Amino acid sequence: MQTLEPILVEHPFFKDLEPRYLQLIIGCASNVRFDSGQFIFREGEKANQFYLLRQGKVALEVFSPERGAITLQTLGEGEVLGWSWLFPPYRWHFDARVLEPLRAIAFDGECLRTKCEEDHDLGYELVKRVAHIVIQRLQATRLQLLDIYGLHS
Amino acid sequence: MLPDLYRVQRVRQETHDTFTLELEPMSGGQQVAAKGVSFAAGQFNMLYIFGVGEVPISISGNPTPRKVRVSPPRFVHTTRAVGTVTKAMGKLKRGDVLGVRGPFGSHWPMEEAVGKDIVMVAGGIGLAPLRPALYQFLSQRENYNRIILLYGTRSPADILYRRELEQWRARFDLEVQVTVDQAMGAWHGNVGVVTTLIPRVSFDPLRTIALICGPEIMMRFTILELQKRGVGKENIFISMERNMKCAIGFCGHCQFGPTFICKDGPVFRYDRIQEWFGKREI
Ligand SMILES: Cc1cc2nc3c(=O)[nH]c(=O)nc-3n(C[C@H](O)[C@H](O)[C@H](O)COP(=O)(O)OP(=O)(O)OC[C@H]3O[C@@H](n4cnc5c(N)ncnc54)[C@H](O)[C@@H]3O)c2cc1C
Ligand code: FES
Repeated sequence: MQTLEPILVEHPFFKDLEPRYLQLIIGCASNVRFDSGQFIFREGEKANQFYLLRQGKVALEVFSPERGAITLQTLGEGEVLGWSWLFPPYRWHFDARVLEPLRAIAFDGECLRTKCEEDHDLGYELVKRVAHIVIQRLQATRLQLLDIYGLHS
Repeated sequence: MLPDLYRVQRVRQETHDTFTLELEPMSGGQQVAAKGVSFAAGQFNMLYIFGVGEVPISISGNPTPRKVRVSPPRFVHTTRAVGTVTKAMGKLKRGDVLGVRGPFGSHWPMEEAVGKDIVMVAGGIGLAPLRPALYQFLSQRENYNRIILLYGTRSPADILYRRELEQWRARFDLEVQVTVDQAMGAWHGNVGVVTTLIPRVSFDPLRTIALICGPEIMMRFTILELQKRGVGKENIFISMERNMKCAIGFCGHCQFGPTFICKDGPVFRYDRIQEWFGKREI
C-alpha cells in the first residue's frame, strides 16, 4: 500500500491534506483496472466506492428505453469519479461505463465514512473536497444545459 | 466602399447548418487589385448576397502563402446558416457571384505567441476564425512551444472540419481535444462543456498565450478557467461579434464600450476590454 502514497500526495484532490489523514485514507485504498465496455457501477446499485482516475476514460450515462444510453459527462486522468458514497441513500444515480481502459485508485466508501465519523476533522476535510468537485460539476452542468451553441443563444 | 465581385468556386457542406465557400476574385475589383486575397488570421470580410444583404464572416482559410500554388488564390469562409443572409448564402452554388469587402479588423497575436505555449479554445462555429491561426502556427511550428486546441460543440454531428481535426489529432506536435455537450450511442469522445478540458491539458500558465472564439458565455467561463490556471489577462485574446454595417468604423453599429469591433477588433486583448465584456448594457 505504501506505493500509493506518492500518487495520492500528487493528486489535486488530496493536495495539502495532513500526512496523518493521508495515512488513514491509504488504508481504505486499492489499485484497480477496468477494461473498455465494463461498467464500474450501475444506477441504483449500492455506492460504496469512489475513484481517482489515473489513466483512461469513463462515461457517466443514463439509459432510457426510448433513446438508449445518453452520456452526461466523461471523466479522465486526474479526475474523481463518484460522490454518492458520502451521502445517503448511498446509491449510484448513473451508470459508469469504461470507454478507454482505466487504471484508478478505488477507495472503500464505508471504510472512509467510518473514519470520518470517528474523526470529524478528517470528515470536514473530505466533505470540503468533495463539495468543491460537486460545485464544479454543477457549474459545468448548468453551462451544458444552456445549449450555448444553439440558435438564439 | 463598393464590394468586389467574387465567384463561388467550391461549396462544402460541413454540418447540417454550416458550409464552407471558396471564393475566387473576378477581375477588376479595387480591393483585389490592392491586396489580392491576403489577410491576417482573425480578420473578416463583409459578404454581400445580392438582393438580400451583407454580413461579416471571418476568413477561415490558410493565411500563409503556398510555395507552389496549385490553383488561384481564394478566400475561404465557413458560415452557419442562422438568419436571412446566411441562409441565402447557404443556397449559393459553384459559379454564383457575390460581393466581398475586406479584409477588415485586427488579427490574432501571432507575434506575441512566439516562444510560448499556445492554448486555443473554440466553441461551435468559433473554430472557423481560429483555423487560420492554427494553420499559421503549424506552418512555423518551430517558433512555438506546446500548441493545444480545445474544441467544444453541441453534438458529434455538429463537429466542424472533422477530417482535418482527425489529421491534427494524429500529429505529435499538437494536442487536440474535442468535447460535445450532448452525445448518444457510438460517440466515444469527451462529453461536457469545453471549459472542463482546460484543467486536463498541461501548459505553462506564465508563458501561455490563449486564443478564444465562441459564444460570449462560453468565452466568459473559459477566461475564468484560464485565470484559475494562472494565465494573465494580458495573455488572453478573444474574438468578439456584434452586428455590423459599414465595417470601417463610420456608422457606430458595432460599438462596444469606447471601441468599434469592426476596426479595433474583432480580436481584442482581454485586459483592454474586460470593463465592458459581459456587461448587460453593452
Ligand atoms: C467579426 C465577425 C465575424 C463573424 N464570423 C462568422 C463566421 O466566420 N461564420 C459565421 O457563421 N458567422 C460569423 N459571424 C456572425 C454572422 O455575421 C451572423 O451570423 C450574421 O450576421 C447573421 O445574419 P443573418 O442575416 O443570417 O441573420 P439575421 O436575420 O440577422 O438573424 C436571424 C436570427 O439569427 C440569430 N443570430 C444572428 N446571428 C447569430 C449568431 N452569430 N449565432 C446564433 N444566432 C444568430 C439572431 O438572433 C436572429 O434571431 C461573424 C460576426 C462578426 C461580427
Ligand atoms: S460597423 Fe460601422 S462602425 Fe463598425
